[in-house]
Amino acid sequence: MSAAPPVVSPLISAQALVRRFGAVTALGGVSLEVDPGEMVLLLGPNGAGKTTLLRALAGLVRPAKGRVRIEGGDVNRDPEARRAIGFLSHHALLYDDLTPRENLRFATALHQLDNAERRIDAALAEADLVARADRPVRGFSRGMLQRLALARATLHEPTVLLLDEPFTGLDVSAATTLRDRVERHREGGGAIVAVTHEPADLWEVATRVVVLIAGKVVLSEARAGELAAFRVRYAGLLAS
Amino acid sequence: MIGIRAALAIAAKDLRIEARHRTALLTAGAFVVLVQLVFVFARDTASVGLMALAPSVLWVTLALSSLLVLNRAFLLERENAALEAILLAPVPRGALFWGKWLANTILVLVVIAIAFPIWVVFFNVEPSSALLGVLGAAALAAAGFTAAGTLFAAITARTRYAELLLPVLLLPFLIPPVYAGAQVTVRLLGHRPFAELWPWLRILTLYDMVFLLLATLLFSAVVDE
Repeated sequence: MSAAPPVVSPLISAQALVRRFGAVTALGGVSLEVDPGEMVLLLGPNGAGKTTLLRALAGLVRPAKGRVRIEGGDVNRDPEARRAIGFLSHHALLYDDLTPRENLRFATALHQLDNAERRIDAALAEADLVARADRPVRGFSRGMLQRLALARATLHEPTVLLLDEPFTGLDVSAATTLRDRVERHREGGGAIVAVTHEPADLWEVATRVVVLIAGKVVLSEARAGELAAFRVRYAGLLAS
Repeated sequence: MIGIRAALAIAAKDLRIEARHRTALLTAGAFVVLVQLVFVFARDTASVGLMALAPSVLWVTLALSSLLVLNRAFLLERENAALEAILLAPVPRGALFWGKWLANTILVLVVIAIAFPIWVVFFNVEPSSALLGVLGAAALAAAGFTAAGTLFAAITARTRYAELLLPVLLLPFLIPPVYAGAQVTVRLLGHRPFAELWPWLRILTLYDMVFLLLATLLFSAVVDE
């Protein structure tokens, strides 16, 4: 399932986002635009505002100032703008007491998808969960949960993928599957923003690197060269 | 139309999960038996007759048992942060409220159906057509209980002490329907004319309308971070 051809560029447009939690400024006027076919690796130390930015892009956090547009629609005001978003985090966003098939069926109902059962069967097959499709999710391994979470996040064929530490707890096989899925999405013309502590997970797939420190973008450039060289510069940014 | 389909999907999902484990219903069912039993014994049998207590006990029982159902409503959304999957969907936030409200109201009505015959037996309530009226008033109040409860459950769900906070926040807001419901019950069991019931039924109806409207308007602000 590759992303549908995008019709709006940039697919993601965040303008001067400000968000504070009490005295802490999580986002201090962050702007970010992501075009079709771009994969942005969002890096930064703990508390830099990476997750807040990603959640703001998804419409899960409402910025105090600024605006997020996905495919041109305001993600906080226009529910339809959220149709383009696939969100994957270290939380599975699944119900333990439902089976994988029931979880996916619920997702198809929320997104009002046609051919729901066909989509669900295809997603379960791709996630290699056909044999466990009708058993409750409770008790699934971390890898199985994340494969199902990816199936849920992409069931509606979103053009924008937002990934929050998606590799946490994944085994090698599951990590490879996720990396392949991200690469196919990017090659299909979709846009991806991925928050990670470990750039090696997605370095080869990324087209751009953005570094966020203390709620501000301190670096935004095309991904180029070896990861080892970047690590030296990144360490310098963190130290300064 | 999109919002209605999403609300129905959310309600069906909640009811499916409850049907699978019956956590809320079993707890609330046991609770309504025990609370009524406590009231039967915790009185001076020489000076306080069962019928004098019956209306108050029914409404206190319904209010408290509703809390058990409502507490569960958003706690199951906290598992694996499942609520976020709903918030990410292209549906208005109001659909989440209406879906939750529908599921909660159905569950509270089931709790009422469990509590009612136990109340009739424990408090020696004379079987008559007036009981249908009491049942109707309880159903009317349930709509308001769950509207207020769904709103407050959404507020407390993100806190660390959701189970403790919900009763503290919600109970003051349940006093009007509990009071009005008890007044309706007293008058129905006393076979008083409808004109004496009407003002209290109007309070129950107004309470439902106010909280359904308030919850619909405020829900987006409540669930958004």
